[in-house]
Amino acid sequence: MAFCEFKNVRIAGVAAGVPKNIVSILSGDSDVMLAEGTSAEDFVEATGVRERRVSQKLTTSDLCCAAAEKLIADLGWNKDEVDAIFFVSQTADYILPATSCIIQDRLGLSKECYATDIALGCSGWVYGLSNAVSLISSNNFKKVLLMAGDAKKRAEAPADPLFGHAGTVTAIEYAEGDNGFQFHFGTDGSGYDAIITPDGGSRNQVSPASFEQYEFEGKMMHHMQTRMKGMDVFSFGISTAPKTVKKLAEHYGFDYLDNDYFIFHQANMKMNNMIVKKLKLPTEKVPSCMYNFGNTSSASIPLTIVSELKGKVENKPTRFLCCGFGVGLSWGTVRFENQSIIISDLVEVEDNKEESQWV
Amino acid sequence: MELKTFIENFAAQFDDTDASVFTAETKFRDLDEWSSLIGLSLIAMVDEEYDITLKGDDIKNAITVEDLFNTVKSKM
Repeated sequence: MAFCEFKNVRIAGVAAGVPKNIVSILSGDSDVMLAEGTSAEDFVEATGVRERRVSQKLTTSDLCCAAAEKLIADLGWNKDEVDAIFFVSQTADYILPATSCIIQDRLGLSKECYATDIALGCSGWVYGLSNAVSLISSNNFKKVLLMAGDAKKRAEAPADPLFGHAGTVTAIEYAEGDNGFQFHFGTDGSGYDAIITPDGGSRNQVSPASFEQYEFEGKMMHHMQTRMKGMDVFSFGISTAPKTVKKLAEHYGFDYLDNDYFIFHQANMKMNNMIVKKLKLPTEKVPSCMYNFGNTSSASIPLTIVSELKGKVENKPTRFLCCGFGVGLSWGTVRFENQSIIISDLVEVEDNKEESQWV
Repeated sequence: MELKTFIENFAAQFDDTDASVFTAETKFRDLDEWSSLIGLSLIAMVDEEYDITLKGDDIKNAITVEDLFNTVKSKM
């Protein structure tokens, strides 16, 4: 039973970085790649995604670092105090080294820093959070940065109109006496190909053939693009998300309805509405940022906090229940209560016009 | 579980195709309005009305409305 609980630790703040560039699904000149037989209007109605932030230059780490600089300043943290960074993403800067190592130097953090990447998608923020809080709760770490998001892909391709780019940062710190976090996790690797980028790993090495076009569920794509069995992912989401929420509540003996905000991974509106309906949640307690940002993978939960809850939760006790689910297949749910939290203004990042400083 | 009700529930997922079009023998993927988004609506409908979780292949392997009815029935 994958339940775990950590005390004496809290979320101090959240920030999100997104590209300044907005792409509307409905504008004819967008980079949209829709399945055959689906109009832009149908797509917006079914998915709840009207526009996304997209950049062909900014990587996930660029967005996370911009958000981190803002959050560290808003929190008044000293960079030398950061004991660990986690970078949760499926769009790392390089195949190696780990992006978190690059970020240690880029942000000017101490070399006395624990840094690691976690390669998860939609469930990734919840997994990263459990790693971060466990280092604080069980060890001597005091301050940890959890970065999560996805942005520019490894290979050029027409964009899938469901997905937006975002890089978030969650600051987590030691807090004596805090009730901390309760988690439930699950994994079903039998669905590993429900969402998959088939080439570019060592199973199918990248080669010229990786870029040959083939048809998948009505779309032409190449093997370095991520493909999704939409109907399988949909049935997985609507059945798994309600179950993990109920399991967490049952295990820790609370009424799941007894929370102030329910923040689900922003998969698509049709799926999320179904989950909300099955759990009989009051919609005003279920914020969503899909309309303006699309599905932003592991960034979607913290991005929803930044874009939808700023000004509503900062200085009052607030109980959160957050649930991520997707690629893996992988899922996780967390419950926590915050007495106060810093939420930075959304950080909008412009494409860097200068020559890249990177290899 | 009744076939008649299933056909009505099935037809309700289509906005532009008249409900009278749908019979047990309707080859639903041949309809103009059919799209993968309606496939998602069917999965949601079956989950809601019959508490059965369909997979993508269950939809893909069904040719007629009755085929899908039988799939749902076999999972009960």
